Amino acid sequence: MVTTEGAPRVRNHPFSEPDGLRLDSLYAQLRREEPVSRVQLPFGEPAWLATRLADAKVVLSDPRFSRAASITRDEPRSTPHKVDTGILAMDPPEHSRLRTLVSKAFTARRVELLRPRTRQIAEDLIADLRAAGPPGDFIAAFAAPLPTTVICELFGVPEADRAQFAVWAEAIIATTALPQEQIAAYVDNMNQYVAGLVMQRREHPTDDLLGAMVQARDAAGDRLTELEMIQLAAGLIAAGQETTVSQLASFLYVLLTNPERWEELKREPGLIPAAVEELLRYVPLGVAAAFPRYATVDLELGGVTIRSGEPVLVALHSANRDESVFDRPDEVDFRRDARGHVGFGHGAHHCIGAQLARMELQVALQTLVRELPTVQLAVDEPELEWKSGMLVRCLKSLPISW
Amino acid sequence: MTSWRIAVDPARCLGAGMCAAAASHRFRLVDGYSQPLAERIPPDPAVVDAADLCPVEAILVEEEPT
Repeated sequence: MVTTEGAPRVRNHPFSEPDGLRLDSLYAQLRREEPVSRVQLPFGEPAWLATRLADAKVVLSDPRFSRAASITRDEPRSTPHKVDTGILAMDPPEHSRLRTLVSKAFTARRVELLRPRTRQIAEDLIADLRAAGPPGDFIAAFAAPLPTTVICELFGVPEADRAQFAVWAEAIIATTALPQEQIAAYVDNMNQYVAGLVMQRREHPTDDLLGAMVQARDAAGDRLTELEMIQLAAGLIAAGQETTVSQLASFLYVLLTNPERWEELKREPGLIPAAVEELLRYVPLGVAAAFPRYATVDLELGGVTIRSGEPVLVALHSANRDESVFDRPDEVDFRRDARGHVGFGHGAHHCIGAQLARMELQVALQTLVRELPTVQLAVDEPELEWKSGMLVRCLKSLPISW
Repeated sequence: MTSWRIAVDPARCLGAGMCAAAASHRFRLVDGYSQPLAERIPPDPAVVDAADLCPVEAILVEEEPT
């Protein structure tokens, strides 16, 4: 859309307050009429916004885009202050080195080894929930403790420290929900704590993820420094908690508000891995597009010219509803091929915890189907409350009965 | 003298693009999914790194005597 002066219209982003998991209807219109458009986020400089899947993948994987360039810029963002995104603010080759080393430790095999333990944790949580009797809050009883426990197990965080750890982790993804000084204090606490865990593992090697990070060596014989490990570990731990908690709650919310889909999973539990993939496509995790990529040369994208130095954001949830890729995109269909979604991002910064998240989500749904098949919402859907001032969409609570 | 045979399991590949980013001389995305540029290569540690980076362990590397 072009104004009479010839400059493209700039819209505020996000386009509206998040309303549950509903997407603003403007995204579909933009995909059709203006796939790359101008936006202004609450803070920072104006940016381009890519809404179609193919364009999203270009922005996220084409070497002409940079994340490191964001460091010296007034990065478009939802938080008043810029957040240090660590490895997410790096480009190859610095990024490649760190990412490769972490991937030696955070392997799909290691995640698979956690599956039986995750099943046990899930079963115990449901057993406790049942024992306390209906109704219950699915988030407090299951969605919050499961990922938190699993990631603490992965890193070897002792039981006694886990509650405090979860408080620190929540601070890291808050936008306006906590005062800036509080966020900084919690981040500092987390970093110091993780430094202690790393130091222990230098003295006494362990078999957990942190222990493996201490041992990791890449093809060049390179290794992670103390500071890098602390920052990476803290980042992984923080990134892996609220996101997975939110997805667990949102997945059950979708199933409980689409009962035919819940019945389908109970009839055919073999569909669960495909259902997880489809829900990763369907459920919008973020409130707004984030982590802009900066063009390093002039380039054409989605019918516009992006100048060198301009930031481009990707609306992942819009890309995941791209009708030119996913037939009937706003329908939940467990039998479609949902691979190719960008729920975990794309390219060099693709979510490193993706396999862990998938495993937890699969185990959660498998356990629920088996142990709590009669689960239903304990309140009417409009009574559900969603958190505000966060970077991710999440319910405050999910009251259920069975 | 050995060579390596590399392959991408098309059933697993998600098209995340990590391999092409890590070892662009060995992998590229074709219609969104990964393909090796050559199946038989000299031993290349970058390929091991790419295999470790793959979020779904879709990259297969086998040693072959020549």
